[in-house]
Amino acid sequence: MAGKGGVGKTVVAAALARLASNHGLRTLLVEIEGKGGLPALFGRPPLTYRETELSPATETRGPIVGRTLTPDDALLEYLDEHGMGRVSKRLVSSGAVDIVATAAPGIKDILILGKVKQLERSGTADLIIVDAPAAGHAITFLMAARGLSEAVRMGPIRAQALEVLDLLGDPDRCSVMLVTLPEETPVNELVETGFKLEDEVGIKLGPAVVNGVYPLLGGLGSDPVKAAEAAGTTLREGEAEALSEAAQFRRKRHDLQASQLERLGEQLPLPQLCLPFLFRADLGPEQIDELADALGKQIIEMGNWP
Amino acid sequence: MVADEPKLNDLVVDHRIVICCGSGGVGKTTTAAVVALEGARMGKRSVVVTIDPAKRLADTLGIGELSNTPHLIDGDWPGELWAMMLDTKSTFDNLVAKHAGGTEQAERILDNPFYRNISGALSGTQEYMAGEKLYELHEEGGYDLIVVDTPPTRNALDFLDASGRLAGFLDHRLFRMLMAPTRGYMRAVNVAAQALLRTVGKIVGGEVLDDVIAFFNTFEGMEQGFKERAQRVQALLIDANTAYVLVASPRQDTVEEAAFFADKLRRTHIPVEALVINRMHPRFGEGLAEAARRRAETLAGTDLGDLFTNLADFRMMADGEETHLQGLADQVAPAPVIKVPFLADDVHDLHTLGQISRHLFA
Repeated sequence: MAGKGGVGKTVVAAALARLASNHGLRTLLVEIEGKGGLPALFGRPPLTYRETELSPATETRGPIVGRTLTPDDALLEYLDEHGMGRVSKRLVSSGAVDIVATAAPGIKDILILGKVKQLERSGTADLIIVDAPAAGHAITFLMAARGLSEAVRMGPIRAQALEVLDLLGDPDRCSVMLVTLPEETPVNELVETGFKLEDEVGIKLGPAVVNGVYPLLGGLGSDPVKAAEAAGTTLREGEAEALSEAAQFRRKRHDLQASQLERLGEQLPLPQLCLPFLFRADLGPEQIDELADALGKQIIEMGNWP
Repeated sequence: MVADEPKLNDLVVDHRIVICCGSGGVGKTTTAAVVALEGARMGKRSVVVTIDPAKRLADTLGIGELSNTPHLIDGDWPGELWAMMLDTKSTFDNLVAKHAGGTEQAERILDNPFYRNISGALSGTQEYMAGEKLYELHEEGGYDLIVVDTPPTRNALDFLDASGRLAGFLDHRLFRMLMAPTRGYMRAVNVAAQALLRTVGKIVGGEVLDDVIAFFNTFEGMEQGFKERAQRVQALLIDANTAYVLVASPRQDTVEEAAFFADKLRRTHIPVEALVINRMHPRFGEGLAEAARRRAETLAGTDLGDLFTNLADFRMMADGEETHLQGLADQVAPAPVIKVPFLADDVHDLHTLGQISRHLFA
């Protein structure tokens, strides 16, 4: 899952996990650098580097587990596994890691993606959903493998980078879902990110997810006073104005959103999945269920997963 | 609009520097631009330094390209409005040139691949250079008001500490160890350093390691100058003339990040001078959300039912947002809380900036 900050990437990741679980898949949600919003959507406490349950398996549902991945933890684990465990703690505590990370930018990203690749290979889950860093960084994050494979000519990091490149370039194993809001700036960034990822990383793009789309309500074009007469009731003082202003606001936003969706479709030829704006300031498990159902319906309508 | 709603006028009158901080995607750049615009309207020579503006806003301000010097924006105001988009790398290059013993030392550093990584990719460099640029504009630019849009970092201290941290990085313990063979440090230190070096070499490869060593060798003698400069930047960031404006949106996650931010600032003894909440959903009419929802349910299936459903939706949203914000407002009290409504249009030109301005300023 990739997208600009504030577009609701984490919510979409949670909804997709819910949907996969509802279809019986064992799903792993990975949060990078522990931003923290993910577990609350399942009503659970913050995640750690160890896998924890976010939603239990039932007869029909697969389990959803979550974990964080941080570069420091991934590096310690990597050093341990490559026979350098003895100096690993000191490498981290002395700050030498900063120098390593600066000497070879992208190394932190490779450690994380390498760990994701290892999780994928281990078969621990049927589906792994990674809540990637915000957009600008998502590109560097996913391009790290190519950059490093060119900069570092030998050694285990190069091997790691090449394996990650294999994973990213294999459409059967991995695809990126871009998330946006139906607004001008996020749409622009999504289009830009989409092309960069396809051209420069060679990664397969899944459907674009547009979050926060105002659902249509048929009666919003009607005059409140006439609508009241038609319904055989009367309005209190000031009510007609409030109803009418609120309806106008929604219709105006809705039209703007529709034009942004159309623009997105023209500029980035990907199938679109739209998630409704739920008019809730807090989202929890119930809303995630609702969004998962909305996603599921549209994916079924699409026929094959593109 | 109620007359006594809090505004940012005094803040702009009383401070020479305004720093807009907050998480990504909350409208920090827009807020910074509006504050600088108001400075120009008050007759000040005012400049806004942005980090990563949305394209249309950048075009509006005439700062579509990275630059190292501010650009004057034409407009109908008594003062001057300047704007720039921070070029991290060239700001860093200038800093190196300033502190180097001569052009030869400067060039050797600028050509070093490890240096290019530091100036381009090291986390914290952008924050450091934002502070550095602020200091430079403050010392040399002759501006009455400097407004800075901070990089979207999770940690407030990333910005406040960046100069100190990077100076620390350049004056690193490991650096001393790396220098040990030429400086004749104690042998024991050297052995430990060699073990670490071997590990670093194994991870990133020998060539990369050579660049690192060459960089630190060349940099020798410049650490002190960097450190002193960093201290002066730091002093400016915590000066009483510098005001921090916390920018957030009413979404639960950004409110939580803003609370985290406010807490960090408080621990550093820096007051939040104002809290700006962008994209508040509007509230229509006086009634309660529940009342509208009940009417919608009894009228389900009619046009009026749809109208009430919509009214109830917006009232619920507004209620939820108010609830989220209460704790944050208490936390930054007595700082004024300025709520900017979610506009039906995107903010991208001087006209829409003006619309936002009406909410921020009396």
